[in-house]
Amino acid sequence: MLTIPTSHGLLLAGIIFILGLVCVLVRRNIIFILLGLEIMFNAAGLAFVVAGAKWGQPDGQIMFLFILTTAAAEVSIGLALVFGMVHHLHTLDIDQADGMKG
Amino acid sequence: MIMAWLILIPVLSGIFAWSLELRFRGSARWTALVALAVGLGFTCYLAHQPFELVPSGGPYFMNLDIPWIASAGIHFHLAMDGLSLVLVLLTHFLGIVAVLSSWTEISEKAGFFYFNLLWVLAGIIGVFLSMDLFLFYFFWEMMLIPMFFLISVYGHENRIYASVKFFLFTQISGLFMLLAILGLYFVHGKQTGQYTFNYFDLMGTPMTGTMGILFMLGFLTAFAVKLPAVPFHTWLPDAHTEAPTAGSIILAGLLLKTGAYGMIRFVIPLFPEASAAAAPAVMALSVVGIIYGALLALSQTDFKRLVAYTSVSHMGFVMLGIFAWNTLALQGAVVQMICHGLSTGALFFLAGILKDRLHTRDLGQMGGLWATAPRLAGMTLFFALASLGLPGLGNFIAEFTILMGVFQVNKIIAATASLGLVGAAVYSLWIIQAAFHGPLKVKKTFADLSFRETAALTLMLVGLVYLGLNPGPVFRMAQPSLDHLTRIVSITNPGLPNPAKPFSFNTSTPHPSENPGGTGHAIR
Amino acid sequence: MDFLWLIPALPLTGFLVLALTAQRLSRPIVSLVGVGSVGGSAVMVAWAAVDFLRRMPGETSYTKKLWTWMDVGGLHLDMAFYIDTLTLVMMLVITGVGFFIHLYSTGYMAEDKDYARFFACMNLFVAAMLILVMAENLPLLYLGWEGVGLCSYLLIGFWYTDKANGYAARKAFVVTRVGDTAMAVGLFLLYNQLGTLQIQDTMSRAATVWPQGSATATLAALLLLGGAVGKSAQLPLQTWLPDAMAGPTPVSALIHAATMVTAGVYLIARTHVLFMLSPLAMTVTAVIGAATLLMAGFSALVQHDIKRVLAYSTISQLGYMFLALGVGAWSAAVFHLVTHAFFKALLFLCAGAVIHALGGEQDMFRMGGLKDRLPLTFWAFLTGASSLAALPLITAGFYSKDMIIWEAYASPLGGMGFWLVAMIGALVTSLYTFRMMWLTFAGPVKTPVHHPPGLSMTVPLVVLAVLSLLAGFMETPRTLGGIHAFSSLLHSCLPETVLDHGREAHEMLFEIIAAVTALGGIAWAWVLYRPKDGSTAESPASRLPKSLQRFWLGGWGFDGLYDRLFVRPYLALAHFDKNDVIDRVFSAIAQLGRSGHRVLSLTQNGQLRSYIWGIGLGAAAVVFMVVYL
Repeated sequence: MLTIPTSHGLLLAGIIFILGLVCVLVRRNIIFILLGLEIMFNAAGLAFVVAGAKWGQPDGQIMFLFILTTAAAEVSIGLALVFGMVHHLHTLDIDQADGMKG
Repeated sequence: MIMAWLILIPVLSGIFAWSLELRFRGSARWTALVALAVGLGFTCYLAHQPFELVPSGGPYFMNLDIPWIASAGIHFHLAMDGLSLVLVLLTHFLGIVAVLSSWTEISEKAGFFYFNLLWVLAGIIGVFLSMDLFLFYFFWEMMLIPMFFLISVYGHENRIYASVKFFLFTQISGLFMLLAILGLYFVHGKQTGQYTFNYFDLMGTPMTGTMGILFMLGFLTAFAVKLPAVPFHTWLPDAHTEAPTAGSIILAGLLLKTGAYGMIRFVIPLFPEASAAAAPAVMALSVVGIIYGALLALSQTDFKRLVAYTSVSHMGFVMLGIFAWNTLALQGAVVQMICHGLSTGALFFLAGILKDRLHTRDLGQMGGLWATAPRLAGMTLFFALASLGLPGLGNFIAEFTILMGVFQVNKIIAATASLGLVGAAVYSLWIIQAAFHGPLKVKKTFADLSFRETAALTLMLVGLVYLGLNPGPVFRMAQPSLDHLTRIVSITNPGLPNPAKPFSFNTSTPHPSENPGGTGHAIR
Repeated sequence: MDFLWLIPALPLTGFLVLALTAQRLSRPIVSLVGVGSVGGSAVMVAWAAVDFLRRMPGETSYTKKLWTWMDVGGLHLDMAFYIDTLTLVMMLVITGVGFFIHLYSTGYMAEDKDYARFFACMNLFVAAMLILVMAENLPLLYLGWEGVGLCSYLLIGFWYTDKANGYAARKAFVVTRVGDTAMAVGLFLLYNQLGTLQIQDTMSRAATVWPQGSATATLAALLLLGGAVGKSAQLPLQTWLPDAMAGPTPVSALIHAATMVTAGVYLIARTHVLFMLSPLAMTVTAVIGAATLLMAGFSALVQHDIKRVLAYSTISQLGYMFLALGVGAWSAAVFHLVTHAFFKALLFLCAGAVIHALGGEQDMFRMGGLKDRLPLTFWAFLTGASSLAALPLITAGFYSKDMIIWEAYASPLGGMGFWLVAMIGALVTSLYTFRMMWLTFAGPVKTPVHHPPGLSMTVPLVVLAVLSLLAGFMETPRTLGGIHAFSSLLHSCLPETVLDHGREAHEMLFEIIAAVTALGGIAWAWVLYRPKDGSTAESPASRLPKSLQRFWLGGWGFDGLYDRLFVRPYLALAHFDKNDVIDRVFSAIAQLGRSGHRVLSLTQNGQLRSYIWGIGLGAAAVVFMVVYL
């Protein structure tokens, strides 16, 4: 069986995480921010799987299942918030939702 | 047990007054009055026969020691000597005056008002009786919070600012004291293996010079803020001005005294060497306070603010007397505490009455009131004269003995402090001039003093005249405690170039049998 | 003499009754209480005096302890009275003159609405003054000392609706308080050094502990002198007395002429042992007296207000007494104190009668011609004025002032300089006295007479006029009979004046010079100020340059000087610091907290993405630190 070095897997996870983070940081559309979050979740999940494979333990894959569940919950709440935001502010621009400043 | 009751009566009756007021309007003030009268009765009973109770050695004639948090060495430990007794007596007396002064002033939320009033008094009594430093700190904080509510809920226009300022000053300085208490606790525990907050055990704890200075400063900061000593006095004018009348009376009459009491009871006996080292600086600061307070009092246009600055000046005399640490000066300081409580309490009472009648505290808007309210004017004149230290009244005895005692220690400081007498004349007469002399400014007529007001003020007047002509009872009551404290300091601090030596005409030889550590426990 | 405590207690009771019943009593009852209490006190003083003199050579003093005042830390003070002949003389003057002035006041103040308050304060004053002179220890003396100061304050500001009166009252109290504070420090020093404040013990210990000319004794004496100078309105604390004339005239007569202002003289006489230990203090006393008598005399010369003339004259006469004290002429000082009490009280009461009659007019230039309108007052005033001007042979003032002038020369501590000053002072005294006389009573009528004085006012005038003449014969110089009744009485408590033998021979010559000077002064006054027919009295001292007149009129500019030097800087400092600079420090701390809050709250801008930046950078920083540090 062809083995991929752990470092490659982690590097990939890291790249995906950074891509997701950059998406979150630079996009103002809340939908894209949610997309970015999902990507970061998946990056984290990938890192778990890679780590699980490294030690030959199933824990990493179990953690990935948890992350999937959390991500699903997060997306549903996130989309509900998007609805709320569209309803109240008539925009998807996250910078417009700055009502909670000190 | 009677001491515990002295604290419990106001605590319980405070809760009772609050709950009763919810059902019957106007009942709280009666509850408070009765509770304080009962307490006064108890104290008078004690004052009548303390000296028969004294067993050989030690000035304490009552002792109550119940373990509280025994594992940490915390006890519910109360003890009473003449000094405490005099101050507890004053507390009850001024408490009654405070209740009488707010009789009609407070009509809204009266239950909560009297609850706070009684709890402040309970805290003050606790402070005067505690012989366990942890318990002392507990009561120290206990009198702070109800006072905060008295000012912030029942005060005048700028009450929130004033109450927060008051709270921050006292709380932060109290934290320094807490640090010092804990430091002392651990230093003592490490050296003897006995971790305790007991005042008598902690006395004479050996410590390095720096540590002593630091701990002493911790205590001194808390007490100097409370006293208040320049430059920590600035909370006082605001708090006094914005507090309701009863609040001002208690603040000036009692709360400030806890600072002076703390210095006599804790700062110098616990840290004699450090105090001796700091004494010249502290005395110089007191003189600055005396003159600065007198100077600023003159420029105030708000009656209550003016009286507040006079407090700064008068309490400077107290601190000066305490740090001179000889019998004359200390006795003077004790009498000054009482007389200042009476005279300034009365002046705040009168300011409250004027405010009630005229709806202003601004001296610029008064004038010529002698014709309208001669009794009010006469009373104000009397208490202003007491404040300027007219011989024949208690304040004179106090200032005279303080200055005389200080003169034995430091002539320059005593002579400079005497200038405060001139300043006192200037501001006291200014009060009279501004409010009562000159052309009549307020055209409407208003009622002169009512019977209730006259009675309360007359009591204070008689007290001041009595103390002025025959201060002996107070001297005699405080004498054993002060002798005891001065002796402790001279035992624990023998070879030091100590300014705190008793005057040579009255050298008392220390008796080793009257050792401080045991006394508190040995007696009932 | 167990009833001794009643002597001050009686006026004190009068005060309490009048103060507590506050205006509710009818006027006759108020008069009865007010005058009766002082009268009763006077009777008892007389009784005590007789009793005391009967025991005299055997017992020279009598002490009566009432109760222990203070006994603390080695300081033992009693509420106790001490009587010797000096005290008795003072008590007789206080209650005697006090009684007649009270009697006079029932007429003078009859229409005042605060009749009861007036008598309450007057009674309190008499009580305090009696305590002052009867005190057995210095703090009790200080009690009386401040007590009389308080009454002086209350009575100067009696008509309180006028702001100027209140100002004058406060000025009097504060200026004397400056002196009082010096005196208090003196007491601290005495106690510190001698361990007692009981007057007789203090004096005897001082004499044993301190050598002649000791620096500590000098300091103590000078501090007490500070108190005396304040109370007796001597340089440099004299500025309050002319303004004190704002009070009702009987007050000026009793407090600011006859009794309170002489308390300083009494104090120095009482503590003469201490002063005699210090030649420097003696000289300072004499110089202050000499300077004051000249300064005040010249000021009296140009005043317009009749009461201010008398006020400056009082300062000047007190200057004579201080001069006498300073040269060790103890009996002479006390003798002049007594005669001065009589004739100056008389002059004030006459002035009061004039002011009363003219409906409140005090300016001498609007008076005139009263000789025929108020004949009795005129004759009484003439008697007082002659006594003040030391008209030879018949007036009391001649004998007492002559004694001072002579001893100022003949005493070893005195000399030609002091004598010369005293002589110039005497000349000026005659001049201003008779200037006042002519302006007020001679010439054309300028203000009509409203209320001629009633019986209650004229009786005291007559009595005091008689006393101003006869009191002199208690003590006459060697050349004029040599009666020494007064000084031999005082010699039981005050030392005899030692005279320089070389100078004693000239006594007759000096007396003649003094007499001629007094007469010459009167004559000169006649030349200068006599009413010129037809013309309205031209400005009296118009021959003098205007600026000098203004300078003298304002009391040699002391008021302005003190105003600039002390009052204004103090007030300016107080008002500058009204809001308390120290509070700025704490405000600054609070401000610091608040601005910190503002800066940090900027970071909470509501921008979700900036928070994420924060989280991201923070996480990166943590990772960086974990990996590389």
